[in-house]
Amino acid sequence: MKPRSSLLFACLGVAAIHLAFAQAERMSLPKAVEAGVGFSIQITGTGNAALYIVGPGQAIRRDVQLGQPAVFSSGSLYNAGHYLAVLAGSSFSETGSFDVIPASKPANLSFLAKPSRLPVGLHDGITGAVYVFDGYHNLIAAPTPVSFELSASSGAVQKHIVASHDGAAWTAMDSTAEQGSDKFVARVGDVSSTRVVGQVPGDPCGLKMSAKQDGKKIQLTTDPVRDCHGNAVPDGTIVTFTETYSGAQSTIDAPLKRGIAEAAMEARAGATFSVASGVVMGNQIGWAK
Amino acid sequence: MNKGPLLAAVLAGATVALVVVGTIWPVPSAAAWAGRGSLVHSSSTPEAAVANLGEEIRTNAWDKAYASFANKGEFTEQEFIHSVTGAYPSLLTYSLISDVETRPIHASDNEAQVDLKLHWATVVGTSARTFHLNVVKNGDQWQPDWPFVKEPAVPPQVIPVNYLRWDVIYRGPGDDWGAQDAEAPHVRIIDMHPVERADGVVILGELLNEDVVPAYVSVGATLLSKNQSPIATEDCFDKISHILLPKQTTPFLIKFPNVSLSQVGSIRMTPISTLVAASADPVVEISDEQLHPAPGASLTGQLINQSGQIVNVAHVLGTFYDKNGQVVWVADQYVDSALLPQIPVPFSIHIPEDLAKNVSTQRTVLATYSSGGSQ
Repeated sequence: MKPRSSLLFACLGVAAIHLAFAQAERMSLPKAVEAGVGFSIQITGTGNAALYIVGPGQAIRRDVQLGQPAVFSSGSLYNAGHYLAVLAGSSFSETGSFDVIPASKPANLSFLAKPSRLPVGLHDGITGAVYVFDGYHNLIAAPTPVSFELSASSGAVQKHIVASHDGAAWTAMDSTAEQGSDKFVARVGDVSSTRVVGQVPGDPCGLKMSAKQDGKKIQLTTDPVRDCHGNAVPDGTIVTFTETYSGAQSTIDAPLKRGIAEAAMEARAGATFSVASGVVMGNQIGWAK
Repeated sequence: MNKGPLLAAVLAGATVALVVVGTIWPVPSAAAWAGRGSLVHSSSTPEAAVANLGEEIRTNAWDKAYASFANKGEFTEQEFIHSVTGAYPSLLTYSLISDVETRPIHASDNEAQVDLKLHWATVVGTSARTFHLNVVKNGDQWQPDWPFVKEPAVPPQVIPVNYLRWDVIYRGPGDDWGAQDAEAPHVRIIDMHPVERADGVVILGELLNEDVVPAYVSVGATLLSKNQSPIATEDCFDKISHILLPKQTTPFLIKFPNVSLSQVGSIRMTPISTLVAASADPVVEISDEQLHPAPGASLTGQLINQSGQIVNVAHVLGTFYDKNGQVVWVADQYVDSALLPQIPVPFSIHIPEDLAKNVSTQRTVLATYSSGGSQ
C-alpha cells in the first residue's frame, strides 16, 4: 500500500507542477479591466487555439494564434463582474479569471426623491437617494462625492454633499416655509438629475369666519384661509360650517373658493355657528337676533 | 330480494308526476313569482285591495294599479309611477321589490286605513318604504286612495358651477426607473376604537385626508392574537365615505364576525389612499340633525342639495360620540331618492338601543354619487 500511495502523490504533484507551468506559459490575463476599455491577453506557445471569455451577460469566442496577443477593442466587455477565460487547444486547455470593473467616470444617476408633495416647514421631510452608474449602467461602487441641492421658488438653497457608499448616497432636507415647486438636483461631476418637490400649505391656522344676515339666511364667510406660515390654503379644501340650535344641528362641508369658504344657513335665534377644517377649529359666533 | 331499483323507479315516477301537476296546475303564488299570473284577488276587503295594489306595483302592472285607485283623478299614471320610484334615477331605479307587506290600521263600514310597506332589494341592501293608504268602499269592492304627494319640481334654469375639479396625470410606461409618480394622498387615522358586540368585534374610527388633493380611501384592519399571530383581516367595505376632499374626515366601521375582544392582543390598521380625479361639487347641507333617544333611537335630518347637479344616490354616515368625545358607534343610511337642487330629502339612521344612552353628540357626513361619475 505504501509504495502505491507514494506513487500516486508523486503523479499528482507532477501534474500540478505541469499545470502551473502550462498556465504560466500560455495565457497572461490582466487582473482587472475597466468596463468598455480595450485590453489584450498575452498568449505564448505555438499553434492555434480558441479563447472563450464568459462573464455576466456576455460570452465571447475568439480563434487565436498562440504566441500572439489576443486584442479586444474598446466596448468589447462592458458588464462589470467576474469573468472566466478559457484557452482551448487541440491537446490542452487552460483557464483563468479576471474582473471587469465599472468605469471611473459617472455617466448616469438614478435619483429617487420622496415625497413629491409635502407640507411646508417639515424637518427632514424630503429624502433623496442617488445610485451612481457608469456609461454602461454599472453601479460605481467606489466612493464618489454626490451633491444634493434643493432650490426653493424664493431662491433659498439647501445644499448637502455626501460621499456615495457602495454606489449609493442619500440625504434628508427640510421643506421650507414657503409653498411652491422646489427643484431638487443631484449632481456628480457634470452629470445631474432633477426632481420637482411640491411644497404645499399645512393645516389652516387662525381659521376665522364672519356672519351676515341675508333675509332668512345667515351668510357665513371665512377670512382668507392661511396656514401658520402665511401660505394661502389651496382652493378645494373643505371647511365645515356647523349651526347648533335647541338640541339640533346643521352642517355644510364647503370647499374653499378663491381662498375663502362660504355657506348660507338658516337664521335661528339663539343658534351658535362654528367653523372647522380637518382637525383645526375656528371661531364661534352666537346669533341672538 | 333487492328493493332498491323499485324504490328508485317509484321516486322517479313520483317526481315526474309532481312536476307535471305543478306545471299544469301551479300554485298561484308560485306562478306569480315566476312571472305568470298574479296574486291579485278580489278586493272584497280593504286589506285585500291594498294587497292587490302592492302586488301590481311589485309586478310593474302600473296601469292596473292606477286603475284601482279611487282618487286617480288627482294625478296621472306617470305621476303615480314617479311617486313610487322617483322621477330621476336613484337607488330604486336599480332595484326590485322583494316583498310587500300590508297592515290594517283602522276599519269602518265604508272606510279603512291600511299601511302598505314595500321592500326593495337594492345593490346596497334592502330599503323599505311605507305608504299610509285610505281605502274606501265602492259598491261591493274596496278601492285605495293613493297618498299622492306631488314631487317637487325644479324650474328650468342655468346654475353656474365653478367649483374646483382635480385631474391626475400618473407616470407613464416610458418614464425612467426612479422617475417620480404623483404622490398618493396623505391620510391619517385620527381615532380608532374596538368595540365588542354580540356578533363579534367592531372597529370604529375616523380617517382624515390631511393632504391638498382628493383621495380615494379605505381602511383595513388585522386582528392579532396575544402571541401576534393574525386572527382575521377585514376592511370597511361601504361603512366609509370613500372619496375624501382635502381636510375632509370620514368615519369607518370594520366588522369581525365571530371574534371576541378577549382573543385580541393588538390590531394592525392599514389606511389606504389613492389619488383620484374628483370635483368639489356638489355641496349638500345636512340640516336639522337631531338625536332621538331610545326607544327607536335614531339620528334624523334633511339633505339639501345646494348645487345644480342632481345627486342620484346619497349615502349618509353618522358618527356617534360619548360625552368624552370618543366614538361609540358608526351607522349609515342610503337615501333612496335623488337629491334635486334645494329640495329637502329626509334621512333617518338607526342607533342600536343599547348604545343610544351613551351617545352624547354626533357628526354626519355625506357621500354622493351622480350618474356619469362618482364624488
